[in-house]
Amino acid sequence: MTQHFRTASGGRIDRKKAINFTFNGQKYIGYEGDTLASALLANGVHLLGRSFKYHRPRGIVAAGAEEPNSMVQLGEGATTEPNIRATQISLYEGLTARSVNVWPTVEFDISAINGLFAKIMTAGFYNKTFMWPRAMWMKLYEPVIRRAAGWGKAPTTGDPDIYDHMHLHVEVMVVGGGPAGLMAALAAGRARARVLLVDEQGEFGGSLLSKKRQIGAKDEMAWIADMLAELEAMPDVTLLSRSTAFGYYDHNYLCVLEQKTDHLPAAERKGKVRQRVWHVRAGQVVLATGAHERPLVFADNDRPGIMLASSVQTYVNRYGVLPGKKMVLFTNNDAAYETAIDLQAAGGDIVAIVDSRAEPSGELVEAVRALDIEILAGYAITGTRGGKRVESVQVRAIQKGAKVYTSAARRIDCDLVAMSGGWSPVVHLFSQSQGQLEYDEEKACFLPGTKRQAQQVAGALAGEFTLKECLAGGYKAGADAARATGFTPKRKPAAPEIDEPALGGIEPFWVVPGARPIGEGMAKHFVDLQNDTTAADIELAVREGFESVEHIKRYTLTGFGTDQGKTSNINALAILSGILDKPIPKVGTTTFRPPYTPVSYGALAGRNLGDWSDPVRVTSIHDWHVENGALFENVGQWKRPWYFPKTGETMQDALNRECLAVRNGVGVLDASTLGKIDIRGPDAAEFLNRIYTNAWAKLGIRRVRYGLMCHEDGMVFDDGTTARLAEDRFLMTTTTGGAAGVLDWLEEYLQTEWPELRVYCTSVTEQWAAVSITGPTAGALLKKLAPEMDLSPESFPFLSFKEGVVAGIDARIFRISFTGELTYEINVPWACGLALWEAVMAAGAEFDITPYGTESMHILRAEKGFIIVGQETDGTTTPQDLGMDWIVSKKKPDFIGKRSYNRSDTARADRKQLVGLLTEAPDEVLPEGAQLVFDANAPKPMPMMGHVTSSYYSATLGRSIALALVKGGHEKKGQKIFAPLLDRTVTAEIVDPVFYDKEGERLNG
Amino acid sequence: MLNIDCPWCGKRHETEFRYGGEAHIARPEDPAALDDTEWAEFLFMRKNTKGYFAERWLHNNGCRRWFNVIRNTVTHEIVGSYKMGETPPKLPKSAGGAK
Repeated sequence: MTQHFRTASGGRIDRKKAINFTFNGQKYIGYEGDTLASALLANGVHLLGRSFKYHRPRGIVAAGAEEPNSMVQLGEGATTEPNIRATQISLYEGLTARSVNVWPTVEFDISAINGLFAKIMTAGFYNKTFMWPRAMWMKLYEPVIRRAAGWGKAPTTGDPDIYDHMHLHVEVMVVGGGPAGLMAALAAGRARARVLLVDEQGEFGGSLLSKKRQIGAKDEMAWIADMLAELEAMPDVTLLSRSTAFGYYDHNYLCVLEQKTDHLPAAERKGKVRQRVWHVRAGQVVLATGAHERPLVFADNDRPGIMLASSVQTYVNRYGVLPGKKMVLFTNNDAAYETAIDLQAAGGDIVAIVDSRAEPSGELVEAVRALDIEILAGYAITGTRGGKRVESVQVRAIQKGAKVYTSAARRIDCDLVAMSGGWSPVVHLFSQSQGQLEYDEEKACFLPGTKRQAQQVAGALAGEFTLKECLAGGYKAGADAARATGFTPKRKPAAPEIDEPALGGIEPFWVVPGARPIGEGMAKHFVDLQNDTTAADIELAVREGFESVEHIKRYTLTGFGTDQGKTSNINALAILSGILDKPIPKVGTTTFRPPYTPVSYGALAGRNLGDWSDPVRVTSIHDWHVENGALFENVGQWKRPWYFPKTGETMQDALNRECLAVRNGVGVLDASTLGKIDIRGPDAAEFLNRIYTNAWAKLGIRRVRYGLMCHEDGMVFDDGTTARLAEDRFLMTTTTGGAAGVLDWLEEYLQTEWPELRVYCTSVTEQWAAVSITGPTAGALLKKLAPEMDLSPESFPFLSFKEGVVAGIDARIFRISFTGELTYEINVPWACGLALWEAVMAAGAEFDITPYGTESMHILRAEKGFIIVGQETDGTTTPQDLGMDWIVSKKKPDFIGKRSYNRSDTARADRKQLVGLLTEAPDEVLPEGAQLVFDANAPKPMPMMGHVTSSYYSATLGRSIALALVKGGHEKKGQKIFAPLLDRTVTAEIVDPVFYDKEGERLNG
Repeated sequence: MLNIDCPWCGKRHETEFRYGGEAHIARPEDPAALDDTEWAEFLFMRKNTKGYFAERWLHNNGCRRWFNVIRNTVTHEIVGSYKMGETPPKLPKSAGGAK
């Protein structure tokens, strides 16, 4: 196919470099420098997709980020991307793309029948229609709606591309590489500040790339080239093209998406970083983000071939494409007249200019008159015709302020409508930075008002719509930014002579009247093309009681979707203001949120994928566990062995074997992950006295004590044993998951409440590997490993520790027990953990030593009624609730939590208290979390009396056991309680939480 | 993302810090001397200031020191930071925009 709509010459495309691409299965040719949109237009392709709700034919409207319609599915397979705007896809060899939201094809789309039912598919249609019955949502409504309304398809396999992140600090960051942004960067760069200039397009120059301007002795291209040459020569200036500042966060922190390879053919992308997210902290930010042209809102303004006037100008001048050969221009301002002049110069024909203003005047208007182009002043387009492309428009004389038209229509044939409703400064980033917007009546747009961050605004964003203003405003903004960050700007260069037409005024024209008032009749005045929202939808929303702009947005979907209403937001709220009869500033705007344009998850994730997504902590014995078939459990970031199944064993088989080994012989556990904190200083004992609920001052050296830690509200938050290493030194252990939080807690009190205490805390979790041997033969095993050591209960009693040599390694051995059996927890330097473990396994072979994991550890401790913080407690559990009054000192005048035990709430008799449960059927294992009731036949909702916190099958006891928190449970032992489950109700008896060896006789082996 | 001035390390990204709530709430010297209402006041009641607010931060992924910051909760402007036990800087009178 040939490029019938390519101009004879001109444009910033390289006509020597033809590029082959495929759209909807059809092969086309474009040129280097094209976007997918410009190449399609050059080939006469306007129909790109179907609309969201009514499946109306839609084409290209704009030439940049503001494009609402032309979303395509780009590429295939793992790297396919849905809903990418054709206007922002740089053409590359071999590009393939498809329409989205069409079925079976864009030319023939079945859902277009929705258009016939348009009257009922108004605002809130889905909410109103598919309310009931609820079950139908999952089965029928949602799948059908998704099929009909879904846009592109997400890839079904992992993203193979590489993404990364970069951090950058600069004094001045300039967003937008148009004339104002270039000048700002130049001013700051000449002042020697570190400068970052970003622009979303492949080329710098912004609006200058679309217009012909003489700047002093240079044309616009020479001027841009000279600017870039000077900036590139500055060592502290960084220029990033294809880089979109998508988020502006607190304290001048901005995120930029740089597309590094998206414009390259597949073969040239291999092995390269596809996209990079820059995290920038800037001293000052200059926003020079430009402006987007607004569409005009008239009946059937959505047909392919109806485009923004400035975008038509861009296609003509920048891409050498005639989007049509017979154009009607519809405008409410004279800036758009330049499009007519440029299209005519490029070989197009201007059929008529429809100007809603009664008396258009000014330099451009005169220039058009001189070209003998018909101007219909005081006219509007009141309707259009055409199937897959606009074929004609209907124009009428319009009375100012009229709600309906009364005049006769005239039909004008055309293949292109260029429209201009004025300009909306791109305030998105400014607004994200919490800046307040102010409405400018004269310019008919919102402009940046009060700012909240260290920033400057320049160019069209600041309402500077002429090139002359942009250059001056840009330089000033850059100089001001440099000055504010401590640099001295160079003297302002003399303003060049600029050849540009003088601009007349704009007359807002928010909605073109129809035969009947808006909201009546079938006419569709589209406001938001991406979401198929019409002026009538906004009217309906108001009629149904919505007034706030934020509510209207959500009810009508205006401003949703991938374009976030870049072309529709201002029209929508102006129309709303008309309906409510409230001035525009009073209606207000909706909130602008990041990202400015969509960002892929791959880019946000960067390199933090798979193993890099979260740190994994393993013990020094980990490799042995892996080699010996352990299954692992995540505890915080730690990988802990869960259990060690042997061939053919079920999980329960393995647990039974592991638990019985501990009860009858000896088991071994890798306890290295327990948090360990070295606490030193003359006031260490006093500090522990205040932190723990029990007394610590008199703990002897080489003695160990169990402690509970509570918050000021009296609720348990961690537990563990602490050993006194010396008069002024303790080793605290914490739960595996709680270690970091406990250290934070200790340091907080030392720094903020008791700075007078001379105490220092150091995390030594990863300094000590811990191997716990437990069971009746643990003593015999240790004797073998440490033959010199006196293990007699007199010399080495429970809750004490010794230092000595175990298997040739210097060790600390603690006599503590989490199983109820005789236990030695052997601590050695981290690097010696595996050597110790292997020595223990070798020496233990004759005792049939059995490694066990966290699951058996949980069963063994539950048999003894020992709690696990976070399982038996949930932040609302006091020591008394746990039946652990014995560990709460009555003598200490104060410690953290003490005062709260006297609060009326903590003294309530019906608090949830820890009890044991024995199910009536001994094999029945209650699900953890099951709710408990006293009356299984009570009407629903039943009064909930508690819940199961831990539940296991105990091989030791030959039956199931459970721990539970039950209201007033301590007084209810012996009573029946019920767990109503989905399919049955389980009956259990409330018992003491200690199921095994109540007297503690097994502790000494 | 806030740029927080740690009195020991200088300005660092917010991700290095942990928030610690309202500043200058001292733990009572003798909790036992307080009645339930007074104790509840200490335990649960915190200001929800719109404007300049003294709050605690911990440089937990840095020097691990606690310190205080005066921040405008509307604009996120940070007036200054100071060490525990130091006198807070004078609060600006007007809330709102940057210069």
